Amino acid sequence: MLDKDVLEHGPRELHQNPLRKIWMPRTSNGLPQRPITQRRVCMTNCPTLIVTVGLPARGKTYISKKLTRYLNWIGVPTKVFNVGQYRRECVKIYKSFEFFRPDNEEGLKIRRQCATTALNDVREYLSVEGGQVAVFDATNTTRERRATIMKFAEQNGFKVFFVESVCEDPDVIAENIVQVKLDSPDYIHTDTEEAVEDFMKRIKCYESSYQPLDENLDKELSYIKVIDVGRRYLVNRVLDHIQSRIVYYLMNIHITPRSIYLSRHGESDLNIKGRIGGDSGLSDRGREYAMKLRKYIQEQNIKELKVWTSQMKRTIQTAESLGVPYEQWKALNEIDAGMCEEMMYEEIQKNFPVEFALRDQDKYRYRYPKGESYEDLVQRLEPVIMELERQENVLVICHQAVMRCLLAYFLDKTADELPYLQCPLHTVLKLTPVAYGCKVESIYLGVDSVNTHRNRPENVMAQRSTEDALQTVPAHF
Amino acid sequence: MEPVQLEPRRRRRCDSPASVPQFCNSPTMLVMVGLPARGKTYISKKLTRYLNWIGVPTKVFNVGQYRRQAVTTYKNFEFFKPDNEEAMKIRKACASAALKDVATYFSKEQGQVAVFDATNTTRERRAIILSFANERGYKVFFVESICEDPEIIAENIKQVKFGSPDYADRDCEEAMVDFIQRIDCYRASYMPIDDEKDRNLSYIKIFDVGSRYLVNRVQDHIQSRIVYYLMNIHVTPRSIYLSRHGESELNLLGRIGGDSGLSPRGQKYANALATFITNQNINDLKVWTSHMKRTIQTAETLAVPYEQWKALNEIDAGVCEEMTYEEIQEHFPEEFALRDQDKYRYRYPKGESYEDLVQRLEPVIMELERQENVLVVCHQAVMRCLLAYFLDKPAGELPYLRCPLHTVLKLTPVAYGCKVESFYLNVEAVNTHRDRPGNVDVSRNPQEALQTVPDHV
Repeated sequence: MLDKDVLEHGPRELHQNPLRKIWMPRTSNGLPQRPITQRRVCMTNCPTLIVTVGLPARGKTYISKKLTRYLNWIGVPTKVFNVGQYRRECVKIYKSFEFFRPDNEEGLKIRRQCATTALNDVREYLSVEGGQVAVFDATNTTRERRATIMKFAEQNGFKVFFVESVCEDPDVIAENIVQVKLDSPDYIHTDTEEAVEDFMKRIKCYESSYQPLDENLDKELSYIKVIDVGRRYLVNRVLDHIQSRIVYYLMNIHITPRSIYLSRHGESDLNIKGRIGGDSGLSDRGREYAMKLRKYIQEQNIKELKVWTSQMKRTIQTAESLGVPYEQWKALNEIDAGMCEEMMYEEIQKNFPVEFALRDQDKYRYRYPKGESYEDLVQRLEPVIMELERQENVLVICHQAVMRCLLAYFLDKTADELPYLQCPLHTVLKLTPVAYGCKVESIYLGVDSVNTHRNRPENVMAQRSTEDALQTVPAHF
Repeated sequence: MEPVQLEPRRRRRCDSPASVPQFCNSPTMLVMVGLPARGKTYISKKLTRYLNWIGVPTKVFNVGQYRRQAVTTYKNFEFFKPDNEEAMKIRKACASAALKDVATYFSKEQGQVAVFDATNTTRERRAIILSFANERGYKVFFVESICEDPEIIAENIKQVKFGSPDYADRDCEEAMVDFIQRIDCYRASYMPIDDEKDRNLSYIKIFDVGSRYLVNRVQDHIQSRIVYYLMNIHVTPRSIYLSRHGESELNLLGRIGGDSGLSPRGQKYANALATFITNQNINDLKVWTSHMKRTIQTAETLAVPYEQWKALNEIDAGVCEEMTYEEIQEHFPEEFALRDQDKYRYRYPKGESYEDLVQRLEPVIMELERQENVLVVCHQAVMRCLLAYFLDKPAGELPYLRCPLHTVLKLTPVAYGCKVESFYLNVEAVNTHRDRPGNVDVSRNPQEALQTVPDHV
């Protein structure tokens, strides 16, 4: 395992990647080598195949999508493969539950075919496209089907982790059906009562052949059984870091209705001057916003609202006006702009034109000299997200870059979109989980402020003119 | 209502409850359940060490210890026979005494978590504990350890029972025979937590040292963290090697922080470290560094793959970065004094505190628990935090732990703790350890402030 290159030529010279500020060795031929593993999350050696198990309306797709969103956000390329969707592409029009009857030979053939096609796409994603986790979202209720999948995984060198959802609470199942089945393409032309009736019969088709993961027969497998929407969990043979993180995540999420309110601090003195970072207090307009926020919160009549701030003066001052207890999180502090702290964009362009250009080239990965990148921010914010998942009604008073990261998590935005999400001052975003996603309401509280959003300029080359560089800088005093 | 005028931000984090992440509102009792030699005390101690390190005041209440104080000489397993009325009385009294101390810990000593370490194998005993907790508004979380693998049990007995005060005067074979009979005394009346009858309780069942877990009704954040921790620890023998980077250019100049490269002596150390590691003949060693040049340069010399963790970066000294202590005294004498007053909680202006570091390092510790043989090449403050976790050092001692350059610490878990071996690799380096000076008052003179600054160029 010893690196011959290093043994022969001595330790390699280090070179700091100008964008990410990461030290990497150069090989003896002078070219930078492939980067040494950067610890973000699990560097699984082999890709992981997550396989859902459970009757219809047990939350498999909900879990699949949510887990995928989380894994992608923390930097693990993940994709869902929903066999139902393959079936819909194959059988253009859904007639009735009869398609799912266990004695419907033609139906079975098509369904088996769809599963195979989906697995082929999984192989493509994990082995060729650089995916790290694939979520195989289907009922997978028979041992036979699961055996097929495991054989496939073994042949391709994928690790398998099962996520089984078991639930017999009729209220929960009914609610599931209302939330996500009635709007499914399958029932688009059916009225509600008919749809529910048909779906219940569909579930029945699976019930007789359902073989849950068995404590004894399946004791060598890696899995988690989620029972009654998280009241109880059975976890078996967690093999590695990513599985451990997945288990932790699944054990912290819930489906109790609630809302998350995201807001920035009120306008600050440095905001007005067009300066980034720092730790200034609120401007007059910022204080006005804090008062309006207090009024808004009171009117919303939120049950047991938790309020979180960063440890920077401007968010704390904003929370103080609310007149309710709040918790300070250092993890919610604004992105550290290192050597560019408290500078205006014009000054950054003047003093660090190359840095300024590099940032525009890859705003997500760019790390300020002696500072942070958005990528670092996401890692810093992960415990905040985990706790937000555990909590119910929360108001988070934070900062522009931080809010962009949190918003990207809830709205499933990619790393490229994240640093350009619009998070203006004096606007509250109310996020309410609904169906498989998140409803967003944007509430502008009617207090003027500067605009702090700087779009990506057209010219991102290091040699660009000052004018080109400052093209998109918002106005300030 | 007028917004409160905040005082100019002090470098120390304010002590109001608002500034501390709310782990738990009501105190929590962790109640162990299981036959003897199932790892209850191992789990109790390890969990307590972890919780204290992340800032949750936690204490173990081991009923066996209370029993040893009541019955000063242990004769044999007959004490534990279910029909031994007198012994039963004593044991019940010990459990009550322990519970009383739990109540004192919570109400008078600001404890947040109490680990009630005993077999608690009967529903009756558990009912008493539940009722005790309910009366006082404590949350209860059970941790049951179930294992029937005779090899594991025998190994447990060897590792921790032979060294117990109960068996101080006995030879191993006698002790083994007696202890097995002791276990049998409990077996007949053992009622594991019942998944049906106890479905409203909060608990985790650990099967076969972690091969399987059953988790029921996790109530809050701290229970969720406890479950996550328990699911990541293992008992496979392994060693963790902690080392700082080789001596750096800034070290030589007596400057803190920065991102300089290795000095010639530092490079020599890296070479020596490579030789040392090779000679240790470690199975499947993982090597971790920070994102800073000096640790990476050190790892490069090892000629093995390594992983860079930003979380392992040295403490951020903010406005004091790359200064000498003399310069800090000159430019920020008050800050310098505040730091000496409470080095753990003191946060550099625009920088970090040791307390912040611990929070930053928590994922590193979690992954270290999951891993087996690991060499961590890091920095002075970081190494102090990691060491404090493994050696159970309190916040007051942590920032003054000795972590000299060019010395590898080899940590090997053994029994309930950690064996430490220190290897100085015989390459000279500056001393970077600054002790707490006699005078920490803001009014002190520069001489007093700089009394303990180590030599540099």
